[in-house]
Amino acid sequence: MATHAGGLTATRPVRVRDLARGFGDRTVLDGLDLTIGAGEFVALLGRSGSGKSTLLRALAGLDGEVTGSGLVDVPANSSVVFQDARLLPWQRVLDNVVLGLRGPDAAERGRAALAEVGLAGRDRAWPSELSGGEQQRVALARALVSEPELLLADEPFGALDALTRLRMHDLLRRLCDRHRPAVLLVTHDVDEAITLADRVLLLDAGRIAVDLSIDLPAPRSYRQPAFLAHRESLLRALGVDPTEG
Amino acid sequence: MTASVLTRPRTAAAEPANRPRRRLRPGRPIPFGAAIGPLLLLAVWALGSATGWLDPRTLSAPWTVVTTAGDLIADGRLPANLAVSAQRAALGLGIGTVIGTVLAVVAGLSRWGEAVVDGPIQIKRAVPALALVPLLILWLGIGEQMKVTTIALGVFVPVYIHTHNGLRSIDSRYVELGESLRLRRTAFLRRIVLPGALPGFLLGMRFAVVGAWLALVVVEQINSTSGIGYMMDLARQYGQTDVIIVGLVLYGLLGLLSDGAVRLVQRRALSWRRTLAD
Repeated sequence: MATHAGGLTATRPVRVRDLARGFGDRTVLDGLDLTIGAGEFVALLGRSGSGKSTLLRALAGLDGEVTGSGLVDVPANSSVVFQDARLLPWQRVLDNVVLGLRGPDAAERGRAALAEVGLAGRDRAWPSELSGGEQQRVALARALVSEPELLLADEPFGALDALTRLRMHDLLRRLCDRHRPAVLLVTHDVDEAITLADRVLLLDAGRIAVDLSIDLPAPRSYRQPAFLAHRESLLRALGVDPTEG
Repeated sequence: MTASVLTRPRTAAAEPANRPRRRLRPGRPIPFGAAIGPLLLLAVWALGSATGWLDPRTLSAPWTVVTTAGDLIADGRLPANLAVSAQRAALGLGIGTVIGTVLAVVAGLSRWGEAVVDGPIQIKRAVPALALVPLLILWLGIGEQMKVTTIALGVFVPVYIHTHNGLRSIDSRYVELGESLRLRRTAFLRRIVLPGALPGFLLGMRFAVVGAWLALVVVEQINSTSGIGYMMDLARQYGQTDVIIVGLVLYGLLGLLSDGAVRLVQRRALSWRRTLAD
């Protein structure tokens, strides 16, 4: 089990020790340790049902009904992006973005956030008038408008088509480079993880089984031999033979 | 030509091979279709009166009703009674709506609220509002208080039921969103709960406005000295079917108009939903 040892100071916004979570008799997370540094982009891989979302929900504080124990230390100012855009259908786009904001400059900041995700001028639109990709961009704007120290994303591109997903990858990377939140991106897509993250974790049997630093120059692509090497080792760890298919 | 199996031999020869499929749908909408039934009824009524088949003591002729309505408006009896009735209905509707909404929010947002509030209202729902009139007369007399209370009691139940249902059917994912954004209770209410329950509330209002007029009819025929119901009851004593018909038509129109008004509000307030439906 790989654990990031290191100075547990303010530069480590996420610190999880000995986390256990279960549903009824089934143990999902079992003595999990995790540290994420400030501004660090971490992707979390794992097979379906391995507990990726359970971990993310534990960090987001959205698992009140789950039994468990352990230490979870996350910044108060953290945002969540869900797999569905989860926009309130009865609020216009701008009102959705500023939903959690307070203060007189909320609308101003909301418009700036919308411009950042390429949706300037759409603030009066209803969510139902936007495409799936646009809705997820609004959700990104809503998550980043509060300048969070930690961004938790639960398969945010899972419901998008392949082309839109590629564009969203670029956008997310750009936004994270500008705002520098610590990121935990839950995904089942190995390529997505390698393309975006500084570090890829693999969750297995309730613990972090692989902790892989990705040190590749941008733009990352299949053409880089190191990319393929990472891909191969991660797929193997997931129980897939990369030479097949 | 497989279609010929379905068609009669006589037409099969004349029909082209790709005969259109049998239409099972009712067909194209008829222009002003909604008006045809009522107009037909009116025509039968007019015909019956003109031929003498309908005794004016049983049912006055349509034209008599129209002239009577004109007379009643001219001498001020109709406007005065209508004003009194409208005031009662509005007051009862207003009070009932507020009570129904507040109780729905209380029951929808807290388990204790639901435990305390929901049971009695379900029991109340099983008792027709009008069955309470004798008791209300004993408690409140036969004045305005009793009338407005009866109307409010009839109104608050549908408002409560539908608003409560609307609240309960708000997607829990939106509640989770509110939690993830650390929304305060007031912001949660204003941004998620109330708009989410609005479709249910407005549906409840459609039942409520009609219910308000319904309750009005009954209370105004009990020991009343004003209002449309009183006007009709008086007409009964003098055998004036024309005045009774004027009252009936008026009730119908008021019900239709107020339902239309709520639907208009519905369309405007739920425009976010219309973009999906259109």
